[in-house]
Amino acid sequence: MSVNEEFRPKIVAFCCNWCSYAGADLAGSSRLAYPADVKIIRVPCSCRVNPMFILRAFEKGADGVILCGCHPGDCHYSTGNYYARRRMTLLFSMLDFMGVENGRTRVEWVSAAEGVKFSTVMNDFVEKIRSLGENVRLGDLRCKN
Amino acid sequence: MQRIGVFVCHCGSNIAATVDVHKVVELARLEPGVVHAEDYQYMCSEAGQAKIGAAIKEHQLTGLVVCSCSPRMHEATFRKCAQKYGLNPYMVEIANIREHCSWIHKDMQEATEKAVILARAAIAKVNLNTPLQAGESRVTKRALVIGGGIAGIQTALDIADAGYEVDIVEKTPSIGGRMSQLDKTFPTLDCSACILTPKMVDAAGHEKIKIYTYSEVEKVSGFVGDFTVDIRKKARSVDADKCTGCGVCQEKCPSKKTLSEFNRGLGTRSAIYTPFAQAIPNVPVIDRDACIKFKTGKCGVCEKVCQAGAINYAQQDEIITEKYGAIVVATGFDTIKLDKYDEYAYSQSKDVITSLELERVMNAAGPTKGHLERLSDGKAPKEIVFIQCVGSRCSDDRGKPYCSKICCMYTAKHAMLIRDKYPDVNVTVFYIDVRTPGKNFDEFYRRAVEEYGVNYIKGQVGKVAPQPDGSLLVQGVDLLDNKQIKMKADMVVLATAIEPNQGVRNIATMLTASIDTNNFLTEAHPKLRPVESPTAGVFLSGVCQGPKDIPETVSQAGAAAVKVIGLLAKDKLTTNPCTAKADELLCNGCSNCAKVCPYGAITYETCLVNDHGIREERRIAKVNNALCQGCGACTVTCPSGAMDLQGFSNKQLLAEVDAICR
Repeated sequence: MSVNEEFRPKIVAFCCNWCSYAGADLAGSSRLAYPADVKIIRVPCSCRVNPMFILRAFEKGADGVILCGCHPGDCHYSTGNYYARRRMTLLFSMLDFMGVENGRTRVEWVSAAEGVKFSTVMNDFVEKIRSLGENVRLGDLRCKN
Repeated sequence: MQRIGVFVCHCGSNIAATVDVHKVVELARLEPGVVHAEDYQYMCSEAGQAKIGAAIKEHQLTGLVVCSCSPRMHEATFRKCAQKYGLNPYMVEIANIREHCSWIHKDMQEATEKAVILARAAIAKVNLNTPLQAGESRVTKRALVIGGGIAGIQTALDIADAGYEVDIVEKTPSIGGRMSQLDKTFPTLDCSACILTPKMVDAAGHEKIKIYTYSEVEKVSGFVGDFTVDIRKKARSVDADKCTGCGVCQEKCPSKKTLSEFNRGLGTRSAIYTPFAQAIPNVPVIDRDACIKFKTGKCGVCEKVCQAGAINYAQQDEIITEKYGAIVVATGFDTIKLDKYDEYAYSQSKDVITSLELERVMNAAGPTKGHLERLSDGKAPKEIVFIQCVGSRCSDDRGKPYCSKICCMYTAKHAMLIRDKYPDVNVTVFYIDVRTPGKNFDEFYRRAVEEYGVNYIKGQVGKVAPQPDGSLLVQGVDLLDNKQIKMKADMVVLATAIEPNQGVRNIATMLTASIDTNNFLTEAHPKLRPVESPTAGVFLSGVCQGPKDIPETVSQAGAAAVKVIGLLAKDKLTTNPCTAKADELLCNGCSNCAKVCPYGAITYETCLVNDHGIREERRIAKVNNALCQGCGACTVTCPSGAMDLQGFSNKQLLAEVDAICR
């Protein structure tokens, strides 16, 4: 299947305030480009992300959702990212079962010093979503134009 | 319904060059709740803030969205501004259209579209914001400094001079750190001990400073203004109150074969020892792994010779629990291990040494009493080769990607000192670049070359091969002359990369302070908050934050002290009001939230609840706002959806999701 160049995916990135959001800031101040399809939502910790938020994003037409937090062991709140990791493992396998492929969901650990990693991860993720195409499962037609 | 004002910042051309700010204003006006939108060159400036103030008054705004730089930069600024003009500071949301938009996208249309969506998300969120009141917490007027090197000593002295109590925790038996191991210091060549030891004495004698040596931080809990720290005071086996520091025990100790850590393994020490003669405190420690008494039960010479009766073999580790308002990390550095750099023959020849080992060799109190000699045969060297950037500026995983910063200068110092004292010794330095940015630094380096005739060769050394005659064959390249070089040397000195001390990662984890991939602690802002950790109440001093020399370390130590003093001078701190809150009608008292709370902030109370006219007693979660740090772990765990996080509520975050996916 050839990749449709015109397809602009909707991608939601949840970033924890202490590491990944700061990593995204560093990517910005280092002018490390990644596609504009990625929109970041700031949360205090990756453990604040309720699986419901991710389901809602897919329901509303997101094509991919990525959750970024501090590296394991480095959580600002000590243990938050461990909870996030476990929850997402379960959620992603359930989503896969429901037809939202595993490639559309991802968890990445990006520290405040890893601007380069942030940009690389986002480029890679967008590339993956573009190759998967539009997300049709969980898209609530009533909410879409 | 909120009355929202949207303020779009140009940030000079930082935003306006890639984002059509007028279009953002125009489209923001169409969003629900927005009654006013405008743009301005610098929203954070006084004039910009005045515009916000005027708009609040004119349009009776109840919420603000500022489309500007990262909230990590100016959220506090705009919150203060809102408060100044009579609005609750938590009715402000920032759309980050600089770091997350204009700076990373080139296409104007694309960037503008994204900025509009980010603004939309912030507007959707602020529509659901509620005014929050910050609480208050008390400040324990005492600081903890972790690490007793020059960084820690200077920070402690500055804090103590301002009248606050400071504790220094140092893991080795004496304060002094790396600086105490150095011989001379660049660029003035004054002797390290002569400028350091008076500071050590000052710290030890200061009535506000308490020093715990041979001790380590074991546990940290609490938060800014109110940390509780467990310090493990390791058993010295010597009673510090009785010991007079006479040194007889060290003289008489029959176990003298342990390699001296202080001399970088170049000499030996006794099992009962003080690391160096000027150690503070001047109280020895028994190394239980080396002590014959501890190994076999027979000996006890030190106990017999100690007139003061200070030896105490039964001494146990002691845990001291203290409260602190602020914590300074000053854990310093070590040189990297050279096992991945076999080509320099460090492990094969005693005459290949690191620069820090050379410091000990050249120090009058060192293993050779300050005589420059080959460690293999004690002969005076005639030809010395220095190799720069051993493990620094390394692109593969053998070394470190960063510049260690101090090596160019100390190598120039070493070369100069050797040529000065032993004019017949030839000194050659292989370098990639000579980096000398600092006051009087380049002049110093030029003196080494011009006055002292040190031979600098731009190029790397590929191999150092020990020869049967005891000399070392150095094979390198001269990049400027484009030729191979083979030369014999009697000694090779490696400018080994520095890295943060082992154990700093453990300390960072205890403090929940950010740390980077090289184990340097991360600052709250690389330019504007260089001595603060992103974790409130934790400050950084010295090389734990990044490579630096002594003058820089002392400056940073002072800066960290000022930040600590600023914090301790306050009686109360305002706490983050973005805390969790349980809806008592939904809570079923299941205890799941308390199990995931890392701060023990959630307890349960039996309350009288009025549930749609039915009054009954129920067990309900209560959040202690002073303890809750607002991570939100409980909100997701709650099976009944009763727990929510103020400022980042489910509704607010879902509104953002909806706005982005619209």
